[in-house]
Amino acid sequence: MSIAALTWANITKDLQLEWRSRDVLNSMLFFALLVVVIFSFSFDFSVDEARRMSGGLIWTAFLFCTVMALNQSWARELKNGVLDAFRVSPAPPEALFLGKCLGNFILVGLLECLMAPLFVLFYNLSSAGSLLQLVLVFVLGTWALVVNGTFFAAMSIRTRNRELMLPLVLFPISIPAVLSMVNATVAILTGDFSPTPSIELLAGYCVVFTTLCFVLFEAVLNAE
Amino acid sequence: MKSKFFPFFVGLVLTLLGYAAYQALVAAPTEETMGDVQRIFYYHVPSAWTAMLLFLVNFCASAVYFFTRSPKADAWALTAAEVGVVFCTVVLITGPIWARPVWGIWWTWDLRLTTTLIMWLLYVSYLLLRRGSEPGSSSTLATVFALSAAVDIPIVWMAIRWINVHTQHPQPVFGNSPNSGLDPHMKVALFTNWFAFMAMAALIFWVRYSLERTTQTVARAFVQRASRGTAAVLGMSTLLFFQSVGRTPDARHIFLISGYAATWIIHISYFVILGRKLAKLQEEQKELKLA
Repeated sequence: MSIAALTWANITKDLQLEWRSRDVLNSMLFFALLVVVIFSFSFDFSVDEARRMSGGLIWTAFLFCTVMALNQSWARELKNGVLDAFRVSPAPPEALFLGKCLGNFILVGLLECLMAPLFVLFYNLSSAGSLLQLVLVFVLGTWALVVNGTFFAAMSIRTRNRELMLPLVLFPISIPAVLSMVNATVAILTGDFSPTPSIELLAGYCVVFTTLCFVLFEAVLNAE
Repeated sequence: MKSKFFPFFVGLVLTLLGYAAYQALVAAPTEETMGDVQRIFYYHVPSAWTAMLLFLVNFCASAVYFFTRSPKADAWALTAAEVGVVFCTVVLITGPIWARPVWGIWWTWDLRLTTTLIMWLLYVSYLLLRRGSEPGSSSTLATVFALSAAVDIPIVWMAIRWINVHTQHPQPVFGNSPNSGLDPHMKVALFTNWFAFMAMAALIFWVRYSLERTTQTVARAFVQRASRGTAAVLGMSTLLFFQSVGRTPDARHIFLISGYAATWIIHISYFVILGRKLAKLQEEQKELKLA
């Protein structure tokens, strides 16, 4: 089987499992909703303030939701011994990793599409900059979170405290990505300054860490 | 320690630390605008350089471990990260103590401050990962994380520089801008201190490294003598610290003194932790013998 076929098999398997139970999606959606509601009555914003703050709020909410989804995606494999099966099979580990990443990307992307109207509604948002750029920031930002998150979740699932470890290793590494996506989002929403440097940095981060994760994934999968 | 060179090295470090403390607290001229508080600089900057160097060592050792799987390289990586975190903690604590009387604030989200904080966070999570993972996979996972962290730091630097343009931290004194440069006496004090702290870092590194190797091989005799060496380092430097205080009183002296106190509290706490690890190891050794 080619890498593409294997990746596809992984994605469809994950999405099918998720579709049958909808455990992760439901809990992620409800969690994101709770975060949005709690934020919006914790801070009493004017329209201008909301624009400046929303970049940070949106990404904080998505970061937490992503962590939730990522932990689940590997925990399921561990329970059923899929990882060991994968290690003894001749399939390249990159296919497994890519499949997981894309599956998580679809899941988190879906969540973002569903949550976007709520953010607009609660914070009275409207964009001063181009919508196309905003979409680009969200695609890049989500990819940065998901590719790193999937990688470090595979790592933390092998530790003693499993779920607890993921945010501890993922958040410090993701700081520059979070910083640039928040900044780009704020720049586009307010139109006060140019989002270009932040978008460039985010794209650079995606390229560097996607490469790094693919190179190192085999070591993580086979760590004994 | 096994090596005959060790007691000699302890003596050298003590002499250096003593001379450096004299240079920083007595010999160096008092800075015009900041007064004596500026003397924290002789602790702060060398600690920062040393921490940076240790993180670099961690990266190199991790890379070596990744390709060779040598347990020595792994012990190097762990030791460098741990000692680096201790020095980085000193930087992060003495910085605000200096900033409070000089800037009027404890902290600001400046380029250097933020990068240092994130670097500290990264290596703390490296140590947490090592603690939390199973003995078998721990080294590999930690190595993978160390490589990612090393790639992350330049990106953090760029991110903050591009996005957060305002900067409050004093510019590098050895840059090429016309206003940079130090009084020759200050330069002597700074480099003596750097050298002394590097020597001390090397000493702690040595002790911690052999502790790690001992843990790897569980051989007790090495560690016992190492602990004696660290106790001597501690005793001497505490003595020097108390000797150097008690000159002309100044309202800002409290910050200078607390800066120095903080530095040594961190180092001493670290030594205490090392000592406890050692005691535990010895106990295990005893139990093994009984069985």
